[in-house]
Amino acid sequence: MNNLFNYIEKESPVHRLTGATKFVCLLLWNFAAMYTYDTRYLLVMAILSFFLFALSKIKLKEVSFMLGFTAVFVVLNNILVYIFSPQHGTEIYGTCTYLFGLSGKYAPTAEQLFYHLNYFLKYLATIPSVILFVSTTNPSEFAASLNKLGVSYSVAYSVALALRYIPDVQKEYYEISKAQQARGIEMSKKAPLIKRIKSASAILIPLILTSMDRVEIVSNAMELRCFGKNKKRTWYMGRPFKWTDIAAMLFCVLLVIIAVFLNFYNKGRFFNPFI
Amino acid sequence: MDTLLKFENFGFKYDAQSAPTLFDINFSIKKGEKVLIAGPSGCGKSTLVHCINGLVPFSYKGKITGSLSLFGKETRDLSLFEISKHVGTVLQDSDAQFVGLTVAEDIAFALENDCVGEPELHDRVMQVAKLVNIHDFMGHAPTELSGGQKQRVSLGGVLVDDVELLIFDEPLANLDPATGKQAIELIDELQKKTGVAVIIVEHRVEDVLHRSVDRMVLMDKGRIVADTTPDELLSTDLLAEKGVREPLYLSAMKYAGITVTPDMKPGSIDTVRIGEDEARHIQDWYEKAPSDKAPADTDTILDVKHLSFSYDGKRKAIDDISVNVKAGEMLAIVGTNGAGKSTFSKVLCGFEKENSGEIFFEEKDFSQYSIKERADRIGYVMQNPNQMISKVMIFDEVALGLKSRGVSDEEINTRVENTLKICGLWPFRKWPVSALSYGQKKRVTIASIMVLEPKVIILDEPTAGQDYRHYTEIMEFLTTLNKRGITVIMITHDMHLMLEYADRAIAFSDGKIIKDADCAAILTDSDIIERASLKETSLYELCKKAGIPDGTDFVRRFIAYEREVVRQ
Repeated sequence: MNNLFNYIEKESPVHRLTGATKFVCLLLWNFAAMYTYDTRYLLVMAILSFFLFALSKIKLKEVSFMLGFTAVFVVLNNILVYIFSPQHGTEIYGTCTYLFGLSGKYAPTAEQLFYHLNYFLKYLATIPSVILFVSTTNPSEFAASLNKLGVSYSVAYSVALALRYIPDVQKEYYEISKAQQARGIEMSKKAPLIKRIKSASAILIPLILTSMDRVEIVSNAMELRCFGKNKKRTWYMGRPFKWTDIAAMLFCVLLVIIAVFLNFYNKGRFFNPFI
Repeated sequence: MDTLLKFENFGFKYDAQSAPTLFDINFSIKKGEKVLIAGPSGCGKSTLVHCINGLVPFSYKGKITGSLSLFGKETRDLSLFEISKHVGTVLQDSDAQFVGLTVAEDIAFALENDCVGEPELHDRVMQVAKLVNIHDFMGHAPTELSGGQKQRVSLGGVLVDDVELLIFDEPLANLDPATGKQAIELIDELQKKTGVAVIIVEHRVEDVLHRSVDRMVLMDKGRIVADTTPDELLSTDLLAEKGVREPLYLSAMKYAGITVTPDMKPGSIDTVRIGEDEARHIQDWYEKAPSDKAPADTDTILDVKHLSFSYDGKRKAIDDISVNVKAGEMLAIVGTNGAGKSTFSKVLCGFEKENSGEIFFEEKDFSQYSIKERADRIGYVMQNPNQMISKVMIFDEVALGLKSRGVSDEEINTRVENTLKICGLWPFRKWPVSALSYGQKKRVTIASIMVLEPKVIILDEPTAGQDYRHYTEIMEFLTTLNKRGITVIMITHDMHLMLEYADRAIAFSDGKIIKDADCAAILTDSDIIERASLKETSLYELCKKAGIPDGTDFVRRFIAYEREVVRQ
């Protein structure tokens, strides 16, 4: 099933970390990678990401869709940056070294290419960590560990519950939309926008009404099975925090500290090899 | 202290309503008892269930009179959670009440909320999963389970709590006949194993009585009208009077002029005693009953040849389907969930594009028509009317299809008015849709399709969740449409429906058609019954007991008799 969380079950050290640990690490990791443009640091982070990937036993093939999608995005993004500000690197690094004997606005400069290298490394350092989080975190276990971190359990459970009902609602949307199209509701691009918005209501209203029915049944079903009885609850999919969780989080904190330190050391976010 | 639950002069009125829903309820449930509560829609049986499981008054507010006690304690002094420790409820829609992402989590839900820790949590979940025989599916998501498996999960979900009373709210509503039969057997088996008391609320009396119950309670208009053994109750005419369908074998016995008495043990087809006298009555009736007339031969309206379709490119949802539908026919499509019935109708309507095969409508190739153009010829009515209704007013809802086809206002008016009259909705034309009952809403959705004047109309489970009276109402309405020349195709699990109303039935199994014949022939063929997940009709068993060799012909005559004599 196409789920928001494309959880891939495997036995690995990354899978064994709790969802909350991975979530915290994800935030810290990405903060660190976003914070600095230090090339050496980003290179290490990118290499580390791929090491973690190998550690998780997730095969590239299994996440090929997400990888392909982001690869296209990265390339497009780089091209657009070049088109809109080909001199950005020169501005940042303060020097201008034309390459290949060319000159002019769009002529490649060493600074600009170096900037693009950094930009690219940033993606390499961040994207794998996001994909890794999504594919190694069991959503139920994630809800459980969020609760352990102090998020109230009704909020944490609603995360799991939403994931539970997404396929149902998707299926229902598809069926309603087909039945309404049969009655002549035009949903294709041929119809003008206003008409399409109006048509959408012919699908959304029944979808909302049937979902409301469902909400009543679900909330009855949950109450009848004592949801909300105590201030706490246990979790079937919950896992105890282990020393590896603490270690993983401390490691990520260290990464942030290094990133912040580099900021002072480089006197700014950029590492400048041109001066 | 054998009494588990006791109602004394109990009454209840919802805050949102002006009149009480329940009056003068007096009855009790003993430990380990098994009770069937039957009654037409709106008789108050759902409210009664809510009173027992605590949703009334804790979730649905209202005024209680008299007394309702659980183990001698007034339930209104307890809390919903305390009641839930003793009373487990399996709701009607086992799909929607599945709250976990996987089977194991769903079973664990009540324990989690009770703060049961490890390792007890995992142990108890496994224990219960084995009890309801779902332990091989622990990591599966609800979408990967069949209807019967989902019901096992919801049963497991309430059984983890060591309850003393289990309530089943219409457990058969969403199940095919064979799965329904298994569900009743499972409930019986669990009750014997665990000794819990069981209340089954259901209007499909014959199917529940497949396994014996201790008592049967009949409700009507908020009151209990009978509380006795099934043998006693089925010897009266109360069921039919109150709009609950009586078992088919009993109808047949009554047509044959037999006076049913409690000592004949009419509670189930397995126990009912057919003596020599009774057998003679049935044989006499059989010989005199009109034999079924062959349907008039008409032109082919829809011709489907070798149709195949697959959702994922791997498994064929329908495989080499060939069907010939005659104009003016009333056709039933039967088979288990996932057999390809709905997929077949979706391909016909153009919701999905066939991989191979041809469809001819009135000898014209159908494949080049768009969804919209097909809808002018074949109308499709979804199971749940709420899935189709998008306008506030009935008139606008029915007019929607015409408006989007650019028909002039004048013509819309006359066509909508005509359709409303045919569909018996004329008195409500100025009403908002929300003021209608479920059955009336169903009519509105049928009307909104009929207004496009299709020659064929396909209905997905036209009577699901309806009691006998509403069922008859909807089906009689479809019959009148059929008499006006509309070809009606019904996708259904309901074997009564197919026996009583369809001229012909097509049985699907695994994407293929396994039989295409008249209904009597299908419902007496044990091989087809098993593969299409149907259930043998009790009429067949009855005629065996009465010593009539040709069961199929007996069923055929029964159908003809009902159509010609009884329904007139």
